[in-house]
Amino acid sequence: MSSDQPRDSITGTSEPLTDTREARMGEGVDSRFNSKLREAFGSTPFILTKFDKFMNWVRGSSMFMLQFGIACCSIEMMHTYSVKHDLDRFHAGVPRASPRQADVMIVPGTIVSKFAPRMKRVYDQMPEPKFVVNMGNCSTSGGPFQEGYNVVKGAEEVIPVDIHIPGCPPRPEALVYGVAKLQERIANGESSPVTVKPYELEEFGDLDRDELVQKLADDIDEETLVMRYNWADSP
Amino acid sequence: MSAYEERNVEPPTTESGDVDGDAIEELLGDHVLDREDHLNADAYVVRADAVQDVLQTLRDEAGFDHLSCVTAEEHEDRFESIYHLKQYDDPTNEVSVVVPTSREEPVSESAAPVFRTADWHEREAYDLVGVQYEDHPNLERILLPDTWQGHPLGLDYNQDKPQIVTFEENKNPLEDHARGGEDSDTMYLNIGPHHPATHGVLHVETVLDGEQVADVNPDIGYLHRCEEQMAQKGTYRYQIMPYPDRWDYGPGGIINEWAYARAAEDLADIEVPEYAQVIRTMGAEMCRIACHLLATATFALDLYGDFTAIFMYGMRDREVVQNLLEDLTGQRMMFNYLRLGGVVWDIPEPREEYFENVRDFLDDLPAKLDEYHDLITENEIFQSRCVDTGYLDPEVAKDYGVTGPVARGSGVDYDLRRDDSYGYYDELEWDVVTEDGGDNFARLLVRMREIEESARIIEQCVDLLEDWPEDEREIQANVPRTLKPEAGKETYRAVEGAKGELGIYIRADGTEKPGRFKIRSPAFSNLSALQEMSTGEYIPDLVATLGSLDVILGEVDR
Repeated sequence: MSSDQPRDSITGTSEPLTDTREARMGEGVDSRFNSKLREAFGSTPFILTKFDKFMNWVRGSSMFMLQFGIACCSIEMMHTYSVKHDLDRFHAGVPRASPRQADVMIVPGTIVSKFAPRMKRVYDQMPEPKFVVNMGNCSTSGGPFQEGYNVVKGAEEVIPVDIHIPGCPPRPEALVYGVAKLQERIANGESSPVTVKPYELEEFGDLDRDELVQKLADDIDEETLVMRYNWADSP
Repeated sequence: MSAYEERNVEPPTTESGDVDGDAIEELLGDHVLDREDHLNADAYVVRADAVQDVLQTLRDEAGFDHLSCVTAEEHEDRFESIYHLKQYDDPTNEVSVVVPTSREEPVSESAAPVFRTADWHEREAYDLVGVQYEDHPNLERILLPDTWQGHPLGLDYNQDKPQIVTFEENKNPLEDHARGGEDSDTMYLNIGPHHPATHGVLHVETVLDGEQVADVNPDIGYLHRCEEQMAQKGTYRYQIMPYPDRWDYGPGGIINEWAYARAAEDLADIEVPEYAQVIRTMGAEMCRIACHLLATATFALDLYGDFTAIFMYGMRDREVVQNLLEDLTGQRMMFNYLRLGGVVWDIPEPREEYFENVRDFLDDLPAKLDEYHDLITENEIFQSRCVDTGYLDPEVAKDYGVTGPVARGSGVDYDLRRDDSYGYYDELEWDVVTEDGGDNFARLLVRMREIEESARIIEQCVDLLEDWPEDEREIQANVPRTLKPEAGKETYRAVEGAKGELGIYIRADGTEKPGRFKIRSPAFSNLSALQEMSTGEYIPDLVATLGSLDVILGEVDR
């Protein structure tokens, strides 16, 4: 139809439009708005649910992950985010570079003494409610490096953790499964109990004055934040 | 002789082409206390106060211009620093310099004024073993936190003692200098250790003057997971092999395993069957492709700043390589596929199907690479970010011990696969890729062209494997269950990793575990050149330069 010829529906009849619509939807009463969902809920246009439950569903269905690469597992994590495995299909979003925009932190690698305070800080910067997924054996227990002099025996020594995914490294499928499990937990309103962690950031002046503290007293200011590792007590 | 003048000195050689040990001893004169025989090279024991003299003589008069590695170790009665020297033109010309010091006063002269790469290597030796280096520009801990007590690879270190680690922002390094305190125009910026552009947990302390980088200091050690200690705790035969996979997790798995296998096979005198060598070569090149794809993808991610097409394409193609490697080895990343004396199993059955998959991958590769070139190297925006940024002069590169694609991007024609041939490489047709640019663009081009060369190697390996007679498919040499190399045997062997020269030093102590296991990581040396490359450039170029170095922190920190 060229534009110099006015359409039928303007000049004459609306018949052609009706024909098209009937061809698409079938004859009779327009049932476009009577969806499957409507059938399930009956005639009322409202859904009744607890607000908590609704919020939990929302949280689980729109998670923003923290873009947080530590070690080998981060390579598998990148694969999980990108084309083939595409974690976004499971409402677990694009990684965010800033902890202030993220809900979920995947800890993909070995935590060593120098890094644990920094990880604690990144975790503290995330807004509540926040969740942590431990990816791989290193962040669960220290993994193959557990006996190393410099290795923290699992991220749980420093921050609370919701889900542990075993593997070295876990396959992307395993990570997807772990994230799905986390969503399930969130939807059920569960989260990991907050306990006192063995390793905390504290001011140097607050530490017990033992031999080690005395030795470092000249180098470290009283207000400086430090983390004290008691390796002998580690599992 | 100026610092970076081209040096064309050849080491003295005997008629058979080996390095002439006696001539070198004569050259060093009184400095030599004793001679040792390491499996890879002659070693000269020198006085602790003559290190600079000796290394300078060896560099300027005998042509050993590559300080490949510095190993420190503690013996019952002494400390030792070993300088492994090579020649960039011919890395089979090697010599080691052993510097003993007393246990009571472990002070030895620093080599940093002669080779700048010694700066970081000696800091590491000080940090982990506790040797003090006189005349060192900045002898601080490098891998462990500043407040750490003790030296963990020393003999009397007690691992159960508590440690305190501080959490504070580092001070402005320029503050105390000429620019000074309150009036300073500079701005101090922490990049990392949690930052999307640092490829893991690298901390770059940057001082900015406006948009320009006034000073840069990479702070490493956020992933120092005691790889050397782990290897020293494992037995040669089986327990060490899983760890190399976790050094360069790009995944350079098979290449890393090969580095250990090469050193240990040298130590225990094991001959690897040819068939296994071909499989190793094929696997190693697949790993190299995966590494270079990762490098290209994340480099583009650094420059474009989001998960855009090129990153996704890179991941897509890596999936294919990883699937092939998984079929071969049974794991996606941590292969644990090599064994001393061979590989753990043969090509998966049905072989035809596997070879067909490999060929399919190789057939698709040129079209994919064209796509990459369309998207990045021919993109004007990309070019303006990369061309002439992060320039690295070849002589500076040699001074810093830079190897691999970074060195080849600066025109240093150095590739151990050809120059110090191992495996099946010298039987195959392939070329070493070099570019003269020395900038970020050249390094990217080297990696992309190396993917093509690796594909050529794999194709020839597949041809060989396909036609290999069925009754000659020997994948393992006969290796005793327990290996106990003689006490006092020492060797340093390197392979060409995806990032450069990956070397292993092992000293046997007569037990089934190594007495000292030292990893020479290419990314460690490459990263030490960052300051030279990015000082004076703009801050976005610093990010690009860091990306083009392709550091994997697991390998830098070990």
